[in-house]
Amino acid sequence: MTATIEPEAAQKETAQKSSTEPLIFERSRRGRRGYQLPDLDVPEQQLDNILPAALRRSEIADEVEVSEVDVVRHFTRLSKLNVSIDAGLYPLGSCTMKHNPRINEEIARTPGFAHSHPMQPEHQVQGNLELLWHLEQTLKEIFGLPRVTLQPVAGAHGELTGILMVHKALAKTGNARKYILIPDSAHGTNPASAAFAGYQIKELKSNNRGTVDLSTLEAAMNEDVAALMITVPNTLGVFESEIKAMADILHAKGAYLYCDGANLNSFVGIARPGDMGIDVIHSNLHKTFSTPHGGGGPGAGPVGVSESLMPFVPTPTVERREDGTFYLDFNHPHSIGRMRAFHGNFNVLVRALTYMRSMGPTGLRRIAQLAVLNANYIRARLKGHYHLPYDAPTLHEVVFSDKLQTPKDVHTLDIAKRLMDYGFHPPTIYFPLIVSGALMIEPTESEPKEELDAFCEAMIAIARESEERPELVRSAPHTTPVRRLDEARAARQPVLRWKKG
Amino acid sequence: MSLPDPTDASSSHRYISNAGEDIREMLAVIGVDSIDRLFDTIPADVKLEGLLDIPGPWSEIESRRWFRGLAARNVSTADHVSFLGGGAYAHYQPAVVDQLLLRAEFLTAYTPYQPEVSQGTLQSIFEYQTHQSLLTGLDVANASLYDGSTALCEAVLLAERIVKGKHKIILAKSIHPHYRQTVRTYIQNLGIEIVEVGWGEDGRIDLDALRAATEGAFAVAVQSPNFLGVVEDYDAIGRATDITKISVVAEATSFGILAPPGEHGFDICVGEGQAWGIPTQFGGPYVGFMVVRDHLKRHMPGRLVGETVDVDGKRAWVLTLATREQHIRRGKATSNICTNQALIALAANMYLSLLGKEGLREVATQCVQKAAYLRDKLKAVKSVELPFSGPIYNELVVRTPFPAAEIQNDLEHEKILGGIPLGDFYEGHDRDFLVAVTELHTREQLDRYAAVLSAAISRERR
Repeated sequence: MTATIEPEAAQKETAQKSSTEPLIFERSRRGRRGYQLPDLDVPEQQLDNILPAALRRSEIADEVEVSEVDVVRHFTRLSKLNVSIDAGLYPLGSCTMKHNPRINEEIARTPGFAHSHPMQPEHQVQGNLELLWHLEQTLKEIFGLPRVTLQPVAGAHGELTGILMVHKALAKTGNARKYILIPDSAHGTNPASAAFAGYQIKELKSNNRGTVDLSTLEAAMNEDVAALMITVPNTLGVFESEIKAMADILHAKGAYLYCDGANLNSFVGIARPGDMGIDVIHSNLHKTFSTPHGGGGPGAGPVGVSESLMPFVPTPTVERREDGTFYLDFNHPHSIGRMRAFHGNFNVLVRALTYMRSMGPTGLRRIAQLAVLNANYIRARLKGHYHLPYDAPTLHEVVFSDKLQTPKDVHTLDIAKRLMDYGFHPPTIYFPLIVSGALMIEPTESEPKEELDAFCEAMIAIARESEERPELVRSAPHTTPVRRLDEARAARQPVLRWKKG
Repeated sequence: MSLPDPTDASSSHRYISNAGEDIREMLAVIGVDSIDRLFDTIPADVKLEGLLDIPGPWSEIESRRWFRGLAARNVSTADHVSFLGGGAYAHYQPAVVDQLLLRAEFLTAYTPYQPEVSQGTLQSIFEYQTHQSLLTGLDVANASLYDGSTALCEAVLLAERIVKGKHKIILAKSIHPHYRQTVRTYIQNLGIEIVEVGWGEDGRIDLDALRAATEGAFAVAVQSPNFLGVVEDYDAIGRATDITKISVVAEATSFGILAPPGEHGFDICVGEGQAWGIPTQFGGPYVGFMVVRDHLKRHMPGRLVGETVDVDGKRAWVLTLATREQHIRRGKATSNICTNQALIALAANMYLSLLGKEGLREVATQCVQKAAYLRDKLKAVKSVELPFSGPIYNELVVRTPFPAAEIQNDLEHEKILGGIPLGDFYEGHDRDFLVAVTELHTREQLDRYAAVLSAAISRERR
């Protein structure tokens, strides 16, 4: 059993740590420099003669003057204020924080990829185009769908792409329709993306298993519904077992089934969206396919589509000629258009394909198997210590609540903060919205049993503390570089940049 | 087809820790006899029979071999001299940047939703926001957007939200063609009309046409330096129209010398931060930025980091004004963006900090001087025409009597990637191409460019 971490000792430790770092602007000292350029080797002209003074600025007031040493120290110290997946379990539900293999980083840095230019003509970038073509083939097989666009650079960007395609396809029949149906357990990006694509949202209520009843869907269906956007498995980790019947209901009324593929990690290689009747799905490559989250991005959100949506994919697509060469095809007269400049987040795609090749068909299947095993292990170990609001079997994540702790006035936020004292990043909290005080735990397949055990023991210790010493939990964290923040103040009197004091 | 037994040692994979013994122990705790049982909720008729038909699993040795083989099939900018720009510029990234970027605490952290264990990421974003403010002369920057093209989309949508009752946006035709195409995609169902305004002989936005288009428009967006390489006159644009003005900057090192849009009547500045030393990497990942006047901050898309204190009164940073965002506001959010380009924004922060006040000016000055040198050299080449007379930063349009694509092929034979043909983007410009110069070019390379171009023209003539 893990011993309770005492706040007094912890505070002493915190004081010993250098837990603050000035802003880079506060390190600035006149005359320091962190760079050197070669001397200008062309004859210097009078600036006024080549760029009129009225178009120029005098100086960049208040920009920094620091040395390379200052910069290295600064960012190294900043980095130490973060926790990361490399340091340990990072069980954010819906985020799929898995191991990020470094071979992916090395390959992305191959000069032929890293320094290729997006405006080079096709014959100069055959390697890149071939890579993109292979990635599309691989994703087509994983999705069980006949076409994949690689342009979207994030999950939400993929959602917008997918719904714009649905809109265009329906508009072509003469009626783009009005509504997108979205379950109340959905990610916030779903309604936001649907609204950006020009639709109104109708929310579907979940049943007591956390899934959507066919009768609920049927009651909401009419000729004004363009699509259902659904996360499979949903944000509770529950697989919508009636997914095929849902697809039939939608298709019978000429509507589409959109799948938010954020949770693909739980069934990759086990089942395919195309076989479920799904018409359009995005996959967050920074989740299932392990490209690093980088503190919030970059990602990539390729979108797979069924045959009926193929004419509408963004341009250009990458195609292969008979002779084995590759080209960019702009000839898609019904395309929704371009979703972004150039070719998407190419070097994220390179990393993802590297990962897919490292895993292969057996490895991808094993991802889902072990991710689901790990989540169910946590579920089994923590059940009883924490309230499980939905008892339905779950796949890759498990959602508990703070119901057993609230009588002692200990809430989800407190539990999350206390976990930090035990060295773990907290789970996703207060999401999905259908669970009051949700603690959404997704361990991924990466984690060894020992790490899962240590996490469970920490959670159990916190449950015990909540009974015996609730104040200790309520005042957590005690060991982090900073303690609980005044978030209301940040929003009330926003200070969003440094100003010279 | 028989599938591998997950508890068998031969099924283990280097990225997945648990194997035979662990799996059996865990199944016992869960109370099921096999992993397959955990997937019972997936109906049999949607389950895959057998394995996916894809290559692998590969060792690092095999991956390296295959991917390096692909990379080798690209004509590399490493053994050619490249003059390609057009929204993606080869500037020098100091070695320190990538080394620091690989620190796992940055690389493998998530979005800083839990501020107590994410102060490194949060503080860096706060610094990045500050750099953007200083460079643009505007008040509030966000934590990043996907890229320049989508940043422009977000700016158009923001401007439409704040100007009630108007639904027409004016885009300068000299904005990056991909950016304009992306805007067209984004707004296709939102009832927004796009009016494009062309350029005059100097390559700058046609002010008379702008004046004529202003009626009923909620905003105008202008890129500077524009896609023809020409620096726009912000003040003249301000005199021509008083509607909301959006500045688009695709070559972000130009902030080192060009007048900041915020001090010349522009309310919103968006653009592409790739030029801050980010590798061109075939178009991404890059980093979009948006900076606005203070009164627009609650209309911003994306994440914002603000300053606050912890319970001990210690200064700290936190994501703030989140009620604008999709996870709170859902269908009514200012944007659907969630994942952004955080790691690239971090690289930009490192670059901007290393270069600092003097370095940013020096990079920009070298770009201007070298481009001016090449411009003079090309002026002297027989049959070369420089169609636009306006001042440039580091890019210019070059015209010869021959199709641009043919000239580029000739230059490629001499290991020069000589420019971007404009015929695909602008009708009637088949003989024009766009040439970019940065601090990385040497005088010798610029001289050789002019000589090789001259020779190519002579050859085409025969």
